Amino acid sequence: MLAACGLASAEDLFSHLPDDVRLKQPLALAPGISEYEIVDYFRARAAENANGYASFLGAGVYAHYRPVLVDAVVSRGEFLTSYTPYQAEISQGTLATIFEFQTMICQLTGMDVANASMYDGSTALPEAALMAARVTGRRRILVARTVHPEYREVLRTYARYEHMPIEELAYVPESGGVNLEQIESTLDDQTAAVVIQSPNFFGIVEQVEAAAELAHRRGALLVVLFTEAVSLGLLRPPAEADIVAGELQSFAIPPSYGGPFAGIIATKERFIRQIPGRLVGETRDSRGHRAFCLTLATREQHIRREKATSNICTNQALIALMATVFMSVYGKQGLRELAEQNLAKAHYLSSQVTPRFTGPFFNEFVASSNGRSPVEINHALLKKKIIGGLPLKQWYPELENGMLLCATEMTRREQMDEVGRAFQAVERVA
Amino acid sequence: MITKVRSHITQNEPPLFERSSPGKKGYQLPVLDVPPVDAVAALGAANVRPEIDGFPEVSEVEVIRHFTRLSTWNYAIDLGMYPLGSCTMKYNPRVNELVARLDGLAWAHPYQPETLAQGAMEIMARLEAALAEITGMDAVTLQPAAGAHGELTGILLIRALLEKRGNPRRKILVPDSAHGTNPATAATAGYAVENIPSNERGMVDVAGLERIVDKDVAALMVTNPNTLGVFEENIKSIAEILHKKGALLYMDGANMNALVGIAKPGDFGVDVMHLNLHKTFSTPHGGGGPGGGPVAVKKIFEPFLPLPRLKHARNKWSFDYKRPRSIGRVRAFYGNFGVMVRALAYILAHGGNGLRNATVDAVLNANYLRKKLEPHYDLPYKAPNMHEVVFSDERQAKRGVRTGDIAKRLIDYGFHPYTVSFPLIVHGALMIEPTETESKLELDLFVEAMTSIAGEIDTDPELVRTAPHSTRTSRVDEVTAARRPILRWKPGETASKAAD
Repeated sequence: MLAACGLASAEDLFSHLPDDVRLKQPLALAPGISEYEIVDYFRARAAENANGYASFLGAGVYAHYRPVLVDAVVSRGEFLTSYTPYQAEISQGTLATIFEFQTMICQLTGMDVANASMYDGSTALPEAALMAARVTGRRRILVARTVHPEYREVLRTYARYEHMPIEELAYVPESGGVNLEQIESTLDDQTAAVVIQSPNFFGIVEQVEAAAELAHRRGALLVVLFTEAVSLGLLRPPAEADIVAGELQSFAIPPSYGGPFAGIIATKERFIRQIPGRLVGETRDSRGHRAFCLTLATREQHIRREKATSNICTNQALIALMATVFMSVYGKQGLRELAEQNLAKAHYLSSQVTPRFTGPFFNEFVASSNGRSPVEINHALLKKKIIGGLPLKQWYPELENGMLLCATEMTRREQMDEVGRAFQAVERVA
Repeated sequence: MITKVRSHITQNEPPLFERSSPGKKGYQLPVLDVPPVDAVAALGAANVRPEIDGFPEVSEVEVIRHFTRLSTWNYAIDLGMYPLGSCTMKYNPRVNELVARLDGLAWAHPYQPETLAQGAMEIMARLEAALAEITGMDAVTLQPAAGAHGELTGILLIRALLEKRGNPRRKILVPDSAHGTNPATAATAGYAVENIPSNERGMVDVAGLERIVDKDVAALMVTNPNTLGVFEENIKSIAEILHKKGALLYMDGANMNALVGIAKPGDFGVDVMHLNLHKTFSTPHGGGGPGGGPVAVKKIFEPFLPLPRLKHARNKWSFDYKRPRSIGRVRAFYGNFGVMVRALAYILAHGGNGLRNATVDAVLNANYLRKKLEPHYDLPYKAPNMHEVVFSDERQAKRGVRTGDIAKRLIDYGFHPYTVSFPLIVHGALMIEPTETESKLELDLFVEAMTSIAGEIDTDPELVRTAPHSTRTSRVDEVTAARRPILRWKPGETASKAAD
């Protein structure tokens, strides 16, 4: 091949590079290793993480069972090793699955249109806020303090240079839900959107309809966020929202230390031209057969460049496919039963401890410790190979006795009893 | 003659909703070990939904057949060469998939105690260090989820540094050959975008640059090698011009597959850059994600990197959240960890020399294609190319055949097309990136196909204009799709009356 190129050696391929940019010594990286050694290295690292622990962590990342069909499908090379489906004729597989994904997200959320996925929920949120700003021509964003704290941090990062002032809304100390009166008094004619999460970070189901009415009265949009997608199997969809942003990790996406996940943005028909990210549409081919293609690309960066609705290019197609297979396996009846099991487990768990808030909750809630701190309770639980809940003090100083506990269909009764005993032991000490 | 493929039967398959019927199911839940809870009592009647209208109801075998059938409608790297320029479609090693699925990694919760996440943190730290060595930069954040997300992070870092120096400035310069994400990113970060023309060799015009860089310019976003596959030979002067005026050099690392082990951006004046783990470091594209977009920076940017940062003390890893000058978070948790695992596996497999060999092979493959295809296609920019080569359809356009047509005809020959009509500075571009993982056998088949198509255009241009002819789906009507968007399935509503 070198000879065909008219070159004497491989080094000649780089002879046009200025001498002072060419690397003179080899990269200081260890020599390559075999497949066996690679597996061995990662097995050793995996062994240094938690193994064989029960866990009560939720807070945006949930431990749900992953049906085996999910990996069977996403491991197929035709899905795994293909690119973004620009060439529709040989990408119908990916396009058809995205079309189904968009449909199922609409059915779940009560929205008319959903995009082909965003990086994750935390980046879907600022994209939803920016979208609301484009729709309303306003900049101010009101966000509930009960929205996931890390999501709010991401929102602040994005909003800073878009000149979008962010203001936070308090929660009602008894119920744990967003303070509707404060929404009403804080809304003004500059407000682009009110952002709430339901179930919120404390696990409490929010009053979407009431929040929507307040927002709409002042010409603002309501953005409803979710992090626990399984809840949509049971909870009324946020159909009064103008934009729904969410995280689908619960749908057979491994926790994987925080990613890769898949976010979504769904909205009403009338805002279709302002939605960020990829969209797949149904059409026909030249022979009249049903076919799918990427569409409405004039919103996107590769066409509009600096005037695009977002700079997003890569999305999370393979991860969205995991969610699509999950939704297909469980289906209409299964997703509801799954949600009911989560509800039952979490309510059993709550009966073993003292819930902090009175609002309705799905599969996670805040428990109050009396006496020892949540950190100390977790320390005691770790000795029994249980990872307890998430202490909330770091984000909510007023909840220094608060621990966010989550139970899913995978949580076993005896583990929950153990958590109950840890809390009760503390109370006795106190 | 078409030697690589012949046609085979594919199964028809409707959207899953058309396979649904009430009561069918493909799941089994365990028996509940706690008392059931009445949803209406627990949540309130107003909070409980009716059934999910239209949601699928299918059996397990229908699910696996459905998705397997759909999968056969896709082309993929596992089937053959996928020469999309600027996308670096190289082989995705399967061992990477296996290790990313190990229980201790795949089931690690981002909030599990740091003492029980040391393995995950070690993987992240080792990848950061390897990427710093490869790029010649001082620090790396792994948080961005993809290339464009990395770009945004990088430009926010530049903005933060300039703000600290007293003036964030107003403009970002972007060459006309750049990816669309570059100007879109600059706009998202609150900057005005000024496009700068390339010179006749397809490179940044240094004299022109010197004239326009002033105190309003925050940075230049440059892709190197650029989207023509050409190394910006004046890159050091470009960096000097910017630095002299207090501006910074951002590098889009989309084409890093041409440089690993050959040259380090940190050595030629780059201040901030992103990498695409799903390009250079072999993590699968998955039909359009997930990706990974780490950002590598010079030391001066380190205080501004996203929260949290890995810290090593007393033989333990921890996360440092006390960083007052950080730009904040760009994503929840720590980034696409599963993608990081795969990228590190790729780096470990290759080692330093192996990575360099991959670069050499990638550049050799692209040069081989250039040499073999130059007699048949117009090469508008003659500067030596690195890992990709860009032709134009100038000769073929005279017979009414455009780059998009040639691309579609390539499908009949069993290949995925090259990147069509990009970069924008080449009229009717054919942007070809073979990557290092293609053998000479596969490359020769590609040359044979491209040569044969060139011949067809001379003798039967209509054959090419109406391609593809062998796919189960013929040319797709994208105009109607955009004019009357159907973005979800609804009963009885379809764009087509014919079977699937």
